[in-house]
Amino acid sequence: MDKLYLDRHISGQFNKELEELRNKVMTMGGMVEEMVGNALKALEDYDSELAAAVVEADQQVNELEKDIDEHANLIIARRQPAASDLRLVISIIKTITDLERVGDEAEHIGRLVIRLTEADRPSSHYRELIGLGSHVRTMLQNALDGFARLVPETAVYLVREDKKVDQEYESILRQYYSYMVEDPRNIRRVLDAIWIARSLERIGDHAKNIGEYTIYLVEGKDMRHASPEEMESQLSEDSDGS
Amino acid sequence: MNEQQQSLTHGMGAGMFEGRKSTLSLSREDITIQVKDLNLFYGKDQALKNVNLQIPSKRVTAFIGPSGCGKSTLLRCFNRMNDLIDICRIEGAIELEGREIYDASVDVPELRRRVGMVFQKPNPFPKSIYENIAYGLRLQGVKSRRKLDQVVEQALRRAALWDEVKDRLGDNALGLSGGQQQRLVIARAIAIEPEVLLLDEPASALDPISTAKIEELIYELKEEYTIMIVTHNMQQAARVSDYTAYMYMGEMIEFGDTVKVFTNPSQKATEDYITGRYG
Repeated sequence: MDKLYLDRHISGQFNKELEELRNKVMTMGGMVEEMVGNALKALEDYDSELAAAVVEADQQVNELEKDIDEHANLIIARRQPAASDLRLVISIIKTITDLERVGDEAEHIGRLVIRLTEADRPSSHYRELIGLGSHVRTMLQNALDGFARLVPETAVYLVREDKKVDQEYESILRQYYSYMVEDPRNIRRVLDAIWIARSLERIGDHAKNIGEYTIYLVEGKDMRHASPEEMESQLSEDSDGS
Repeated sequence: MNEQQQSLTHGMGAGMFEGRKSTLSLSREDITIQVKDLNLFYGKDQALKNVNLQIPSKRVTAFIGPSGCGKSTLLRCFNRMNDLIDICRIEGAIELEGREIYDASVDVPELRRRVGMVFQKPNPFPKSIYENIAYGLRLQGVKSRRKLDQVVEQALRRAALWDEVKDRLGDNALGLSGGQQQRLVIARAIAIEPEVLLLDEPASALDPISTAKIEELIYELKEEYTIMIVTHNMQQAARVSDYTAYMYMGEMIEFGDTVKVFTNPSQKATEDYITGRYG
């Protein structure tokens, strides 16, 4: 935050507009994070009420996305932001798209949990999904924290974690295939669980994207689709240079 | 779509994105003007401090910076307009196509033919539209009416003014609107086929539509001329230029690809200026 000097514009009104915009993104991030947490808790506790509350909460996230979009559009139209101000607005527009999708995934998980609670709980208690979920939730927290504190190196960690999440997801799939082969009566339930795994894996991707926008915001570099090694060398090159 | 709208949308579409790839790199450009260790003094006051700069050929270079930073002073060095100021003293070198322009052997009127200039306030002569354009050629001794007609039409066409004035070339130029007068002055500058055009705040006294026309014209003219523009309007610099130089207190703080300067400047002082922060 210090590095952006958001409060140093000659126009106090512009300072306020940018600060408000950033605060709204942080609010949206907090809401989405809570949705993911509650969706996982609902799965863990077989709590259909909590799952329903998650489904409900997505509305607010959608509204907030529209509100932030409008706010960002106004800033572009009225202030013609340049340099770091421009990068802030652009990275916010992209970040909230990913956050909104994380909200959708959490909502999707909520709906699936409601359906799952209608049937018996398997002996595994979906421990593998809870594990994957807590992994991507930590990623999401770190992504938001890195964005708020302007730490581009967070992206390196996120890309590495995202690879691990992909592996975890693959191994869950293999496990679930065998359940379906074991007893076809499991198929419907296991398919729902696969959908949950898929949603969680997607949340990891979105967290990684937010990390990449943070690099763009802080360094002005587009490091999407770069390997963690490339990111590291670019980022260290930059700190050597200055 | 009427002509104004056409000109506006064309200006925004073509001007913004074509020929402005961020891959532009000075090392691959031809250089028209080279400034080496330039210092300029007005009496005891130093207005330019050790400026080093290469101006690429057939590109638009914008100079931005707060009032008094030396950008207009620097622009005036390129056609020796500062010679007119007694207390002005210059050290260092400015080369046009490899030749020192402050050399004693340089023919200054010829230099000013090669390096044309347009000012903030349009300054047409109190003569007819036709005579404004023909004036420079007559000075050069061109007498043939056919040749003059041809050059006048060509210059007015290139300045995107022909269609508006072709039926009243004999009218007094002072009867034109501000935007038209400014395009007339640009037409007058290009009629004598310069190599470089210096534009000192060329649109700051004009309304947005005339401004858009001038900006579109700048985009067209860079096909043939090396253009330097001083502007206080940063969005204008971002729109029309390929390269941007940020000056402060007589020093060249940053010079680079316009896209880079406006998205990710390398100097904090540049960033503070273009984003409206106090340093």
